[in-house]
Amino acid sequence: MNRILATAASEFRIAFRNRWVLIATALMVLFSLVLAAAGAAPTGDVGVDRLSITVASLTSLAVYLVPLLALLMSFDAIAGEVERGTLPLLLTYPVSRLQILLGKLLAHLAILALALVLGYGAAGVMAFVTDPASITALPSLWRLIWTSVLLGAAFLGLGYTLSSLSRRPSGAAGLAMGLWLLFVVLYDLGLLALVVTDSGGALTTHVLPVALLANPADAFRLFNLSAASAVAEAGGIGGAASAIALWKSAASLVLWPGAALLLAWAAFRKVTP
Amino acid sequence: MTSTLKISHLTKRYESVEALRDVSLTLEPGMRMALLGHNGAGKSTMMKIILGLIPFDGGEVSVCGGAPGSAAARAQVAYLPENAAFHPALTGEEQIRHYLALRGEDAGRAGELLERVGLGHAKRRRIGTYSKGMRQRVGLAQTLIGRPRLLVLDEPTSGLDPVSRRDFYALLDGLAAEGASILLSSHALTEVEARTDRILILARGRLVAEGTLLSLRHEAALPVTLLVTPAAGAAEPLAAALPGAEPTADGRLRLDCTQADKLPLLARITAQGERVADLDVIPPSLEDIYTHFGHGEAA
Repeated sequence: MNRILATAASEFRIAFRNRWVLIATALMVLFSLVLAAAGAAPTGDVGVDRLSITVASLTSLAVYLVPLLALLMSFDAIAGEVERGTLPLLLTYPVSRLQILLGKLLAHLAILALALVLGYGAAGVMAFVTDPASITALPSLWRLIWTSVLLGAAFLGLGYTLSSLSRRPSGAAGLAMGLWLLFVVLYDLGLLALVVTDSGGALTTHVLPVALLANPADAFRLFNLSAASAVAEAGGIGGAASAIALWKSAASLVLWPGAALLLAWAAFRKVTP
Repeated sequence: MTSTLKISHLTKRYESVEALRDVSLTLEPGMRMALLGHNGAGKSTMMKIILGLIPFDGGEVSVCGGAPGSAAARAQVAYLPENAAFHPALTGEEQIRHYLALRGEDAGRAGELLERVGLGHAKRRRIGTYSKGMRQRVGLAQTLIGRPRLLVLDEPTSGLDPVSRRDFYALLDGLAAEGASILLSSHALTEVEARTDRILILARGRLVAEGTLLSLRHEAALPVTLLVTPAAGAAEPLAAALPGAEPTADGRLRLDCTQADKLPLLARITAQGERVADLDVIPPSLEDIYTHFGHGEAA
């Protein structure tokens, strides 16, 4: 455990010096505030409190931004060590490869959590200031934070996997962007095409729910939208949320980080310095 | 006491290339062993196998009684890679604190370790601002953590100035005296000469020579060179009295002879009495021995 903590402390320090903490936090705060401000317009008509609206908007934002931040922080984790030539020495120390990965994960998760809390927090404060009734939506803000951390953990693990597989930071960066595009953009486009062509057939009722749960980004969106009373505002693919039990999307969100970490471990074990 | 490192009939292949072929060696506690060889002779490969970083194809390797790379072995082995590299964003002290923590040692000793390698003044600066020699010293500092039983040092003195090299070897002497075994590779043959107990020469993956400098000299049977400085005005008669002597550019006479002929030749030179002003005996250097073994047996 001490070895994991020591690794995490070093990684956190490096990320802080490389301004990753600052970049992640600034990005989250900026986007959250923009969304909170933009969400101010429709409140009067819908009759829901401001924070619920903000959380719904933040959920849509997080689906894109959290995986992106996680991949940006993780693509260099192993490939960078290989390129700098620091990996051989590290691996001669009495520390296992899993411990190294866990240490890095801990540091990166801490940074992500910090950025999320500050970003969502800023949006939350803005909602409270303009609409005191927002207090009722506080649980949904909390839910958004911890599910975002889980989503981030899944993509951090996937990022370490790519980093181990490519062994070059430039290659890992390319793969990470490809993965992001695939999971966050193309996957949903594909599902959308499926729904349109199938028009309510067997594919939509059987394959779609499984497909949505299989993607951590979609599971995240499903869970937050169906858990909140905000399904109506979000619409779109969120409409499918009602058909899937809450525990299923929650399970997907909890299982993904572990699975991604196992993948990363398997890939890292194959790296010969 | 048991051997710190025991390698028998080690073989390692990369595709069709044999990186190491039937290499055997034993390293006892307190012994300093130098590994010599050209680039690509297999030095780094052998070190990485000992450290458990890469697998091998045949033979046996035992490190501190365990398998290379096992938890027990890693806890007792320190490594200094060639061109030691560290994260540029960390300071020397932070980096050493991290390594101390990974070995389960008190991180507070980082400053003291850096003092020992002469980096005390720069410990709060980022490694990114360090010179190559300073990075090398950070590398040395981390090998001193936790009384290792075996130190594997790949080109440890590259990038160090002559004074630092001397300090470095003094440090090694101290560690060896405490019972640590040291395996180091080097290109700087002259410094290895005086500072190691045994010398190993690798050529194309094979161990072509092993022994002390003295025994290798005997085995190579390379000629000894004698340089005779004639007394004033005695150059010509002296040259006439010593057949085979060749005049050098600085007015001395050069004679080459085998080890066996050395003493008779010396007797002949000293018999010249007043004509000889000075005499230097130059044994074959490690460079010569290295060239002899490195090229001679490889074909």
